[in-house]
Amino acid sequence: MMMNMVQAINSALAVEMEADGSVVVLGEDVGAVGGVFRATDGLMKRFGSERVIDTPLAESLIAGMATGMAMAGLRPVAEIQFMGFSYLALNMIISHTARMRNRSRGTYTVPMVMRMPYGAGVKALEHHSESTESMFVQIPGIKVVVPSTPREAKGLLISSIRDPDPVIFLEPTRSYRLFKEEVEEGAFTIPLGEARTVREGDDVTVVCWGAMMPLTMEAVDAAEGEGISCDVIDLRTLSPMDPDAVIRSVRRTGRVVIVQEAPMTCGLAAEIIARINKKAFLSLEAPPERVTAPDITVPLPQGENHYYISPDRIYHAIRRTASF
Amino acid sequence: MLTDDHDPLKGKMLRVLDQDANVNEDLVPSIDDDTLKRAFYTMVLSRVADEKAVAMQRQGRLGAYPPNKGQEAASLGPAMAMDEGDWFVWSFRELAGLLWRGLPLDRYFLGWMGNEEGNRYDERLRITPPSIPVASQYAYAVGLAYASRYRGESAVTFAFTGDGGTSEGDFHESLNAAGVFRLPMVFIVQNNQWAISVPRSRQTASATLAQKAVAYGIRGIQVDGNDILAMYAASKEAAEVARSGGGPTLIEAYTYRLGDHTTSDDARRYRLEAEAKEWEARDPITRTMKYLYSRGLLDDDEASDLWDEAGKAVEDAVARAEAFPRPSLEDVFKYTYEDMPPCLEEQLDELRGTEGRP
Repeated sequence: MMMNMVQAINSALAVEMEADGSVVVLGEDVGAVGGVFRATDGLMKRFGSERVIDTPLAESLIAGMATGMAMAGLRPVAEIQFMGFSYLALNMIISHTARMRNRSRGTYTVPMVMRMPYGAGVKALEHHSESTESMFVQIPGIKVVVPSTPREAKGLLISSIRDPDPVIFLEPTRSYRLFKEEVEEGAFTIPLGEARTVREGDDVTVVCWGAMMPLTMEAVDAAEGEGISCDVIDLRTLSPMDPDAVIRSVRRTGRVVIVQEAPMTCGLAAEIIARINKKAFLSLEAPPERVTAPDITVPLPQGENHYYISPDRIYHAIRRTASF
Repeated sequence: MLTDDHDPLKGKMLRVLDQDANVNEDLVPSIDDDTLKRAFYTMVLSRVADEKAVAMQRQGRLGAYPPNKGQEAASLGPAMAMDEGDWFVWSFRELAGLLWRGLPLDRYFLGWMGNEEGNRYDERLRITPPSIPVASQYAYAVGLAYASRYRGESAVTFAFTGDGGTSEGDFHESLNAAGVFRLPMVFIVQNNQWAISVPRSRQTASATLAQKAVAYGIRGIQVDGNDILAMYAASKEAAEVARSGGGPTLIEAYTYRLGDHTTSDDARRYRLEAEAKEWEARDPITRTMKYLYSRGLLDDDEASDLWDEAGKAVEDAVARAEAFPRPSLEDVFKYTYEDMPPCLEEQLDELRGTEGRP
């Protein structure tokens, strides 16, 4: 069935709720209205308001409540309306969600998912365009997953719901309704911790995730028009990171461009480059490149074009790297 | 209802047993003699263990430690009102209640000695691990309570914080949500008058902490926290209300921290010793002892035996905790995730010093 990403997420939630009575959904506006992006549309009607819970407007409570539910054996899927509001829940996530297993030596575990739309490029209000995944990647004990297509979103979300550890599930707002693709109607999983090769190529490795994937593909198409063949890797799971696919690819191509929506400093691209340096240093034919946002606040819509990564910037980075 | 007769907005505090062991017979809860004596012993055990922990910290055998002295009744009363399957969500100053609920004392020492194994309890106890970020535990307590009801259990979730905790956002968010969802919960605020050096008057302009319940649409009551009978009676009523679908109650246990905030603190820098002296006269253990004497349930000899018994139990627990092996390198890695991801395996290997070896 052809689905956009919002529909695929909705489908993942519905099939998991159907199959497992311990799966519950909670957050602001997830019930009657079906979420501000409609990702939980129809779920309250189908599964009832005890399972699809409109909470008070309180992010720390949402994170804490989901944590407690998971400690008691439920599989809560909490929605934070926008990543920019997740900061209100950060103490809970860092201090309890992520550590409960370790603190209690495994007596209590927190198999919960916290979904949140992230990213710019949608001409939104302030706080609605954040891409601060590196903050979450710095927290031991949680997993960070970012889908890039509708089918990926469904398979990765089902895996996240079934995962025994807490997962921050970042949904690229810009890709919510960008395109449709064929997605299985029933349940299927895409394993966490494994990157995906989107396109095979020999000259330059291009690493991206989430909302950067479609932009990267535009750039790659342009580069291939000039005879530069790209090996494109969608990272999918940002933490715990398993860079094997990237390392293998770079050993073959010797050249790499990493596309990161977030600001540059201490972003994930830096971490990936550090791992490449350690494991594929002698294969490198060119300095690893990163295409990132500048270290500034995401501009409001009128200035967003200066900030947001364009396919053109990615294209030029690929060309620079290929011709180094 | 005690909550009706002790309206916090009218400044009425519940007290059943005063410091001279006079009892308000109209309010005295039904507790059998053995249970009363066991409660007294639990407070004694808590006191001896607490003083031992402080002494061990001074000797370098235990890390920074938050003393419980003077607050034994405030956590014990609620614990006595709990049923099997109820959740005990503690903060970090609830030793007497924990002991009542079956927390092994050696684990308690082990935890404060700096080993996470100290927080590994039998999950059937339904005791969560300590929570140091003040009041944050209230938020996961809401989730535990929601899960209990969702599964059709009759469990009540008891959650503790202190007077300082009432200033935190999580206190507000959690009581608010518990009210909205009418959750089976009992929130106990141990108002020990001091959040480290900041007095209760600096936490809120409210006349009582219990009256905060009014704004959340839930029941609230201020209770003499050094009165074990009052703490039990208020908790029992709150638990019954919660279990029968009547929603949460906020109990302010009006008590006093006789010791320092932690062993790193020096309370003499910010409070008058006369104040502490005044509160020493209201010691919950002395008060309970006088009550047992007056009821003919205890005499000097037996009391002395109980202190000795507690002393032995504490020494045994300390010996077991000190004999417990230190965490291995693998231990500190392996509870991060259910399965160790390859990147962590690699970091573990590097620390093992085996990386790159054949």
